[in-house]
Amino acid sequence: MSNPPRLQIESGKVVLTGEWTLAALLPQLPELQSRLAAGGFGNLSWDLSGVDRLDSAAAVLLWRTWNERWPADLIVTETHRRAVERVSLAPAGARSETVTARGPVARVGDLLLGAIDNAVGLVTLFGQMLLDVWHLARHPSEIPWKETAANIYKAGALALPVTGLVGFLIGVTISYLSALQLRSVGADLFIVNILGISIIRELGPVLVAVLVAGRSGSAMTAQIGVMRVTEEIDALAAMGISRSVRVVLPKLLALTVVMPMLVLWASAIALVGGMLSAMLQLDISLTYFIENLQRAVPVANLVIGLTKGVVFGFIIAWVACHFGLRVKPNTESLSANTTTSVVTAITIVILADAVFAINTRNMGIPQL
Amino acid sequence: MSAAEKPPVVQISGLSTRIGDRMVHRDLDLRVERGQVVGLVGGSGSGKTTLLRQILGLLQPAAGSVRLFGEDLGAAGAVAQSSLLRRLGMLFQAGALFSALPAFDNIAFPLRELKCLDEDWIRRLVNLKLTMVELEVEHGTLMPAELSGGMVKRVALARALALEPELLLLDEPTAGLDPERSRSFVKLLGQLQGELGLTVIMVTHDAETLAGLATHIAVLADRHIIKFGTFADVMSEDHPFLAGFRDGDRSGLL
Repeated sequence: MSNPPRLQIESGKVVLTGEWTLAALLPQLPELQSRLAAGGFGNLSWDLSGVDRLDSAAAVLLWRTWNERWPADLIVTETHRRAVERVSLAPAGARSETVTARGPVARVGDLLLGAIDNAVGLVTLFGQMLLDVWHLARHPSEIPWKETAANIYKAGALALPVTGLVGFLIGVTISYLSALQLRSVGADLFIVNILGISIIRELGPVLVAVLVAGRSGSAMTAQIGVMRVTEEIDALAAMGISRSVRVVLPKLLALTVVMPMLVLWASAIALVGGMLSAMLQLDISLTYFIENLQRAVPVANLVIGLTKGVVFGFIIAWVACHFGLRVKPNTESLSANTTTSVVTAITIVILADAVFAINTRNMGIPQL
Repeated sequence: MSAAEKPPVVQISGLSTRIGDRMVHRDLDLRVERGQVVGLVGGSGSGKTTLLRQILGLLQPAAGSVRLFGEDLGAAGAVAQSSLLRRLGMLFQAGALFSALPAFDNIAFPLRELKCLDEDWIRRLVNLKLTMVELEVEHGTLMPAELSGGMVKRVALARALALEPELLLLDEPTAGLDPERSRSFVKLLGQLQGELGLTVIMVTHDAETLAGLATHIAVLADRHIIKFGTFADVMSEDHPFLAGFRDGDRSGLL
């Protein structure tokens, strides 16, 4: 700034010179402001003829100094007068900041209403899916094979490394910790039962569900959400293509199909990890482990595990699509819905797991 | 305020831009002096918006340099960079409003970022900008998603003007505005330009906006500026592309 704003007082006259623009004002704003505020300059005469430029930020500053009145005696060029005039004409109306703190009762009510709203949405989506399946059964040519295949690849094939790695580590950890306990009571051989039942029946499905909810569930919500933000969903509708058939159904189908496979894969790797750990820790040979696995873990456990996979996969995709479709066209809503989607999916999966545990309590437990 | 002593507002020399494997600009030169209103014209996909992004420093040049107010944006430090960028306002093609903030806060955002102005000052300025772009104060409470296309454009313009920039970059400022608004936009910008000595670089396909505002025209084709000169000079030139503008051709050439 070659010509900084200057304020001088000469015999009852306030003389402004220089560039009165926001950029030029900033460096000396506190000083200028305090001088203008202290002066009580409202009644003096003002000379603005030496001002090079006057932008609206500076005009606001002057207008406020003048207490929103034109000074009686003012020398100013026509362009600068217009700048101040615009400020004087602009509505100064306060923007009503209505931030009302809600009481605890209202907040609980909000939560409840929100939950009911979501439940209705989920049921509606489920119903829509049934209608779509019925529709596709009568018009098989419209089945979205390509989209389903793409989703199977994205949610399944690409998830193999991470599910395998986590499964292996969990297998090793459980085997190692159990081995320490079992050895102290001389029950080494029960490591096979512990690992087999816990991993195949319980840990495998839940572990994979948590991973997939974080990995694919969030991606699905975000994808549908962005399609809402960019109006792509509306574009589909405008072409007469059902969004639920083309966008929602492939995700539901793909995750339902792919989850049991992921569960199988992750459980197998976890058992391998457990076996290796048992071999090193308890000197249990691999052959012994595999032979006894069949005896210790009735096949019903595998069926339960895989069924859980199917159900969990469906739940994750269902919840993800529901929250994706609820995204409002702004970034805040997108992030909020993605978070809620993952949290809700995992919560419902755990709930479903509890239901499974209760209803299958008499199945697949070996009689010793 | 003699323009001759000051460095040009924008000086682009030997600029090449590469996006992926594609050369968008090759050896492009452009010099915009203070107070000029440059209309940047060129066919679709000729790299006009990309050039604006280069000026903003959003893209790294593959070769050559972009100097703003005599300073190289890429070479400047973080503080110098942000104070340099504060001197320009950009109107993005699709508005680029912050979708999580209401219109008022969108316009107030750059002002609040200065951390020097009090809330009353900011409110007056935002109201002023809203009035300038012919919006009501009540529109300030609307979220960007609730605004119509033309209103998004005007809020975006108000935001671009919030910091009283010396250089204004406009990407398709009047696209999506009705003719009436488009004309008042031209009038508003002309007025601001006269009062503040604004420098404007605008990409536009609208012959009326161009004729109403531009003092200079830069024609972008074949990856560089093939023609730069005053409005009258360039328009008298015999170029098939400009013929469309000159004749007020409505055949959809652009």
